[in-house]
Amino acid sequence: MSTVTSFRPRTRRNVELVLVLLAIAIVLMAYLNVGLAMDGKFPPDLVKYGFGLFVLSVGFHLVLRWRASYADPLMLPIATLLNGLGLVMIHRLDLAYGRTGSRLLEPKQLIWSALAVVLAAGVIIVLRDHRQLRRFTYTAMALGLGMLLLPLVPGIGRNINGSRIWIGIGPMSFQPGEVAKILLVIFFAGYLVQTRDVLSLVGRRFMGIGLPRAQDLGPILIAWLASVGVLVFEKDLGSSLLFFGVFVVMLYVATERRSWIAIGLILFCAGSYIAYLLFGHVQARVLLWLHPFSNQALAISDQLVKGLMGMAKGGLLGSGLGVGHPEFTYFPESDFIVPSFGEEIGLIGLFAMLLLYVLLVERGLRTALGVRDGFGKLLAVGLSFSMALQCFVVVGGVTRVIPLTGLTMPFLSYGGSSLLANWSLVAILLRISDQARRPLPDSEELAAASSAHTQVVRIQ
Amino acid sequence: MNKPIRRVSFIVAVLFCTLLFSTTWIQFVTAKSLDNRPGNRRTLLDSYSRERGAILVAGSPVARSVPTKDQLKWVRSYPQAKLYSQVTGYYSFTYGAGGGLEGAADSLLSGQSDKLFYRRVLDLVTGKPPAGASLDLTISPKAQEAADKALGDQRGAVVALNPKTGAILAMVSHPQYDPSTLSGHNLKSVQKAWKALNADPGRPSVNRAIAGDLYPPGSTFKVVTAAAALSSGKFTEESQIPGPATLDLPQTSTKLPTDDHQPCGPGDKTTVTHALEISCNSAFGWLGMNLGSDALRTQAAKFGFGDALRVPLRVEPSTFPAKISQAGTAQAAIGQYDVRVSPLQMAMVSAAIANKGTVMSPYLIQDTRNSSLDVIDQTQPEQLSQAVTPDVAAALTRMMVTVVQSGTGTPAQIPGIQVAGKTGTAQNVKGGNPHAWFMAFAPANDPTIAVAVVVESGGHAGSEAFGGTVAAPIARAVIEAVLKP
Repeated sequence: MSTVTSFRPRTRRNVELVLVLLAIAIVLMAYLNVGLAMDGKFPPDLVKYGFGLFVLSVGFHLVLRWRASYADPLMLPIATLLNGLGLVMIHRLDLAYGRTGSRLLEPKQLIWSALAVVLAAGVIIVLRDHRQLRRFTYTAMALGLGMLLLPLVPGIGRNINGSRIWIGIGPMSFQPGEVAKILLVIFFAGYLVQTRDVLSLVGRRFMGIGLPRAQDLGPILIAWLASVGVLVFEKDLGSSLLFFGVFVVMLYVATERRSWIAIGLILFCAGSYIAYLLFGHVQARVLLWLHPFSNQALAISDQLVKGLMGMAKGGLLGSGLGVGHPEFTYFPESDFIVPSFGEEIGLIGLFAMLLLYVLLVERGLRTALGVRDGFGKLLAVGLSFSMALQCFVVVGGVTRVIPLTGLTMPFLSYGGSSLLANWSLVAILLRISDQARRPLPDSEELAAASSAHTQVVRIQ
Repeated sequence: MNKPIRRVSFIVAVLFCTLLFSTTWIQFVTAKSLDNRPGNRRTLLDSYSRERGAILVAGSPVARSVPTKDQLKWVRSYPQAKLYSQVTGYYSFTYGAGGGLEGAADSLLSGQSDKLFYRRVLDLVTGKPPAGASLDLTISPKAQEAADKALGDQRGAVVALNPKTGAILAMVSHPQYDPSTLSGHNLKSVQKAWKALNADPGRPSVNRAIAGDLYPPGSTFKVVTAAAALSSGKFTEESQIPGPATLDLPQTSTKLPTDDHQPCGPGDKTTVTHALEISCNSAFGWLGMNLGSDALRTQAAKFGFGDALRVPLRVEPSTFPAKISQAGTAQAAIGQYDVRVSPLQMAMVSAAIANKGTVMSPYLIQDTRNSSLDVIDQTQPEQLSQAVTPDVAAALTRMMVTVVQSGTGTPAQIPGIQVAGKTGTAQNVKGGNPHAWFMAFAPANDPTIAVAVVVESGGHAGSEAFGGTVAAPIARAVIEAVLKP
């Protein structure tokens, strides 16, 4: 059966609003839960807190209504929920440590959240079309590499927890790798969309897989060298894995050649193994990963062990927010915020949290499928996959899937750079999704302008 | 580009499934073993926030949890300070539970034991804060205090048993320590006490009665040799055996002399009874060689040597050497060479003879009570083995009575009560003073208490020490405390 329709996808903005309100409600319940469990009374700043959260997220929602009305309706509620739960955990740890005044982390995180949401709204307003970003391909490369290497500059680079991925100017410290992540994805997308035709040429075939030509291996080798450099000089396996992984996956999507993934995996494994043989700090990380309970490992650090014990104590249902002891672990509000949640909301709560990330990434990938231009596809895949890989590196690190690294969990962990970067990342994804879901501007006009002789017919 | 994008979503799914698996592995599959890892502060804190069961002696607590106002909610207190230190052990927030029942019966005291499962479910339903089980001990405070007082500041150990049941009536090991110095919540003072305890050359944390370095039993082992001799059927109490001033040992130049370098009887002959009465080394050395090391080892094993007992404290198994020469057998027969025993083991030998040859499993916990003091578990006396026949036990009893009446053990005499006993003076390291031993039971016709005493390096008497002079009065004091009204 075929009918003549003026098909117009729904904006789903109302769904988004309801979900945002639901997310705020969940966060406020968690906040109330912490207050009752730890102080035994109704937290007096609950209303103020709820109002702030409401203004920020509903404000962002209104910006979307105004400037990106077809944007994906799930991303904002998920980001709001994760950011809010992170705030609750940081608040809860402030209480546990008895922090007061300027040492309180939660107000700082709240200010960073506000700045990050404003920045994200700014991105939506200023960036009318994601294709504008393509113009900055090489600027993004230069900035991204600069950001990535900034911590190595003497004077401003800082060694924190054995990784050199921080810069500090005065009292401010910043993880430039978070921002570099977005810039490099923009560069990869712009670069690959230009060169994909060349890179997808098949050289000789080996075991049924078409290998690329030797002269086309240049880009992947450069990316590999850069990521090995990050591993060796910044002592950060997480960032290294993140950048190289994202590059390889984007290369694969651009060229549709699986051989790139195989080459990337081999290169990464070889690089890691060589680094393991050559560098003591890599060996220490591997020892902590494989034998965290051995005496040699405990002499280096018992952070991972403490996190594991916290998660184990949480069990299936968790101790309840405010009842466990996440403060026994070091950095429970940043690198180890996932074990903190595991202890207090249990395996079931942690599953729900991980599924929120899955949903967020899945919406991003769906956007990549839906958007029509190659640059947009690559950008959306790159941003979504970087989010997924970062979650994997962080949670995998604290649960002994891979060696522990110093990355932060998107939206949850304490840290301004992480919040700014991830909210901006979501803003770009929202912008692309608006393009992806927006009906073709000319289809209706075309229909309206059509004479009686021609019609646009959709067959459903 | 849509096909690879769909594949990427598959990769993402694999990544997240790995995380779901790894978190499940930690929080569900291996959660319990992580909880039980040593040094898990959360588990310790958990057990501290719950009322730990008390350890009771004759109805009054020797270890109990007292509520505090700090974060840990309960602090462990030991009202008798040192007296029960090796029995209770310590319970420390910093160093965990150990040293005695606190460690050995931790799951009961903390309420984690599977035996308390039904109770825990009930508590969960009724919303009652979970509490641990209390342990009612078999210790008789009178015997414990008497042993503690009689041992004084000498190093050594005293164990008293009820021969009919195996219930431990006294378990004292000197020197002692005060476990409450370790149970406080002041980290600094606890650390200081812990360091001092471990640096003490007298090693107060060691329970010499069951788990110290084992001692050579000296002449008290002659009772085991005598038991083997009578059980072999080749000898009776009155059998004439050689008892020269020195016994030549085959294949060596060493000789085995009697203590006073005199023959044990006219014509270098003596009876088995008289040999035990005066503790004749040459006669028992000869008996040992005549019976052979296998017979001695078998007899020792029947008394409990080599058994890894838990009372529920772990008892270091006593040993009889595995392979020895004839000369070595002669020395082992008088409790030298490589024979090593715990005081509890010698108390068990004494108790077995008192109990018609039957060895009862020793135990410390009479019953286990829940937080409302209802009995949830009661220890039933159990037979460990049959060491000798009732006839042999009766003969050995008669022989041990003569030891106290007219032999080396006269200081153990109690007016109105017939005591059976055996002394021991065990050569220790070369040049060091000998350990003084005494084992006994009373009343001889219907025994209700069996005791073993060891005083390290002769105690105050030093090189002049004999089992009869140093250890026998301590045993007498314990027996008197229990039997005299």
